[in-house]
Amino acid sequence: MPVVHMASIVPISLTVGANRIVPTVAIPHPLGNPELAEDEERELRLSLVKKALRALQTEVEEQTVFEG
Amino acid sequence: MAEKKFRVVHYLNQFFAQIGGEEKANIPPLIREGAVGPGRVLQKILGEEGEVVATVVCGDGYFAENIEAAAERVVELASSYKPDVFVAGPAFNAGRYGVACGGSCSAVSEKLGIPVVTAMYEENPALDLYRKEVYIIPTADSARGMREAILKMATFVRKMGLGQEIGPPQEEGYFPRGLRVNQFVDRTGAERAVDMLLLKLKGEPFQTEYPMPTFERVPPSPAIRDLRSATIALVTSGGIVPSGNPDRIEAASASKFAEYSIAGVDDLTSDAYQTCHGGYDPVYANEDPDRVLPLDAARSLEKDGAIGKLYDLYYVTVGNATSVASAQKFGKAIAEKLKAADVDGVILTST
Amino acid sequence: MRLELGIIEIDDVQFGDETRVEDGTLYVNREELIDLALQDDRLAGADVELARRGEEVRIIPVKDVIEPRVKVSGPGEIFPGVIGKVGTVGSGRTNVLRGAALVTVGRIVGFQEGLIDMSGPGAPYSPFSRTNNVALILRPTDGLAPYAHEEAVRLAGLRAAVYLGKAGTDVAPDEVEVYELSPVTDAALPRVAYVHPLLAQGLLHDTYLYGVDAKKILPTLIHPNEVMDGAIVSGNCVSACDKHTTYHHVNNAAIQELYRRHGKDLNFIGVIITNLKVTLADKERASDYASNLAKLIGAEGAIVTNEGFGNPDTDLMMLCKKMKAYGIETVLITDEFAGRDGGSQSLADATPEASAVVSVGNANEVVTLSPMKRIIGDLKPAEVIAGGFAGCLAADGGLNVEIQSIMGSTCQLGLGKLAARGW
Repeated sequence: MPVVHMASIVPISLTVGANRIVPTVAIPHPLGNPELAEDEERELRLSLVKKALRALQTEVEEQTVFEG
Repeated sequence: MAEKKFRVVHYLNQFFAQIGGEEKANIPPLIREGAVGPGRVLQKILGEEGEVVATVVCGDGYFAENIEAAAERVVELASSYKPDVFVAGPAFNAGRYGVACGGSCSAVSEKLGIPVVTAMYEENPALDLYRKEVYIIPTADSARGMREAILKMATFVRKMGLGQEIGPPQEEGYFPRGLRVNQFVDRTGAERAVDMLLLKLKGEPFQTEYPMPTFERVPPSPAIRDLRSATIALVTSGGIVPSGNPDRIEAASASKFAEYSIAGVDDLTSDAYQTCHGGYDPVYANEDPDRVLPLDAARSLEKDGAIGKLYDLYYVTVGNATSVASAQKFGKAIAEKLKAADVDGVILTST
Repeated sequence: MRLELGIIEIDDVQFGDETRVEDGTLYVNREELIDLALQDDRLAGADVELARRGEEVRIIPVKDVIEPRVKVSGPGEIFPGVIGKVGTVGSGRTNVLRGAALVTVGRIVGFQEGLIDMSGPGAPYSPFSRTNNVALILRPTDGLAPYAHEEAVRLAGLRAAVYLGKAGTDVAPDEVEVYELSPVTDAALPRVAYVHPLLAQGLLHDTYLYGVDAKKILPTLIHPNEVMDGAIVSGNCVSACDKHTTYHHVNNAAIQELYRRHGKDLNFIGVIITNLKVTLADKERASDYASNLAKLIGAEGAIVTNEGFGNPDTDLMMLCKKMKAYGIETVLITDEFAGRDGGSQSLADATPEASAVVSVGNANEVVTLSPMKRIIGDLKPAEVIAGGFAGCLAADGGLNVEIQSIMGSTCQLGLGKLAARGW
């Protein structure tokens, strides 16, 4: 079963061998941003999780970082 | 006054024990009194200091197909001769023999608590399986290196028999075990660093204290075909746990992971959840745990039908100073549970 | 810049009517120290206890350790921009109560403090088992927010160290150390810089440079004397083993060693301060900037230290790689987290350019600490501090912990003599 790693420090994720990687915001709040208003933050989180789901649906041959 | 001779039990396969070739590879473990085959050379070198009191023999095929049971039986047989040291092989490049040697040594070390040693060629697949737990001495790739191998093994056996400390691999000649061991030295880290830099700048040879590792890779899993009917599970190394940290996951060097139900939970709130991870500023995660474990987003995607189901349980540990070995253990266990529950994909979040 | 450190050897600490130094003993007026701490009304209670080398005493939970010092002559004040007024430090004469230390004690977030054993198996792992410690135990007001709590304790500790340091004002030092980067005439001596990353990651992971939160800085240059004279203060306590206490900052071992070899084996051209932050972009930016500075000042080689572990390993590797791309050779000082058996990968990140590494030890090594006759602080947090675990505290007060929980055990500034080797 595929796993997508949502993490902020992508080099570590690459070094330890994750195959599907979604870069996140920051270490203490990967899926959040306390500087944003509540609803903006929820939007941000939703879009990151959607990206993660897209990664799970993408065939990969090697380690892939899903930016954009 | 005559010193008591230390007692050695030697392990050989069916071939070196002169029982037979491949046709005898399926014989179960048996024991012979005294030294056999190459063990006699070992005995000669040990002289009056040590005695090869018995030789355990097992067919390579039998051992490889019954590793646990065979190892247990080897331990039983060996223990009947009350050994002080257990030595196996040399296995050279023979893979099954290497497994048998490594496996026997490992089991004897664990069950009898006596020093053990074996020997094999650097490309023997058994090397990486056992090098951490068992001293393994490098040999040539075939029996033409027998004399030299026995010589090196004898030196080791003697040291162990006499109760002497085994030093680092650079000095003693065994394969580095991949273990990092602390010791106090006579120069400070800063002194050693400047010494090393000066050598490096002069282009002179120096020894790094930590060679860079290569990490294992796993092949990527196939993608999910139909997300709308898929069950997705959430896992985190960010330490999000129910308030009070009921399973007491450690803030660092976690010794466990935990499983919690999120059935019927749409949102992680600060009154019901917290972080127990000691390696990042906890304030943001405690304010809103969804910032580390995005339950609210996942639930909303489930409600919209984007995913078939959000798995009812989530898994958590703390990735702060937690060793790779522990993490691998947790990962395997979690994966087994998820597989058994027919989960199709995992979102793993880290801090 | 010429800095004189007037070293006053302190070999005992006692309570007394007047805070003063006499014949190598630091006398402490307990009430005055308590009143000083409680000047901050965010603190509800304070107490002071003393611990000396060799005593069967354990101090836990420890936040920071600070060396008491006083500016005797020249510009600047102690801990400029934090306690003292803002102003450049690093010149003139500073007297140092060497062998004394102010230790702040008390539970803050819970998992982010450490311990000091004054004797027994744990003593060799901490430099503070050898100092005469004035432990300032601090209790916050009820409901105090974590940021405010950390700040109150940090400032109280620094204030207390300044107060104690004043006792050294008129004392003739036992020795005067002089620090001056004399010009190097031998062009063959390699130009070596020191790259000094500071942890800047939020609550209990912060550092202050002349009072500025290191989260807010871009990499910058600084004279080593400024570091040695208190320009950097710790707000940090994760994990005990490899956080830079304020004591470690003024006694930066890498700077000391580079100074020792300056003009003889190398040309110590200066210190580059950088920070260790929490986003990938910040890590790229800081390592770019710091490497660019190294190139700009003509470094041929650099010692790079680190603070913390895990994500800061990425910063370390980035710095190494980027400097190497400029032809600058580096040696990295790092600790390891190789698991209790020493068999796991020690770092979270790696790069082939990191060919010269000094390892100051595997912080996951477990040691058995004997029960102590006296506890300063509270023993219970032992099970939750980083390096501790449920069941690590025995009924008799003995502790089975990773050295991760011992103050300074694997400090990556290179002060200690612990090393890890491959076996």
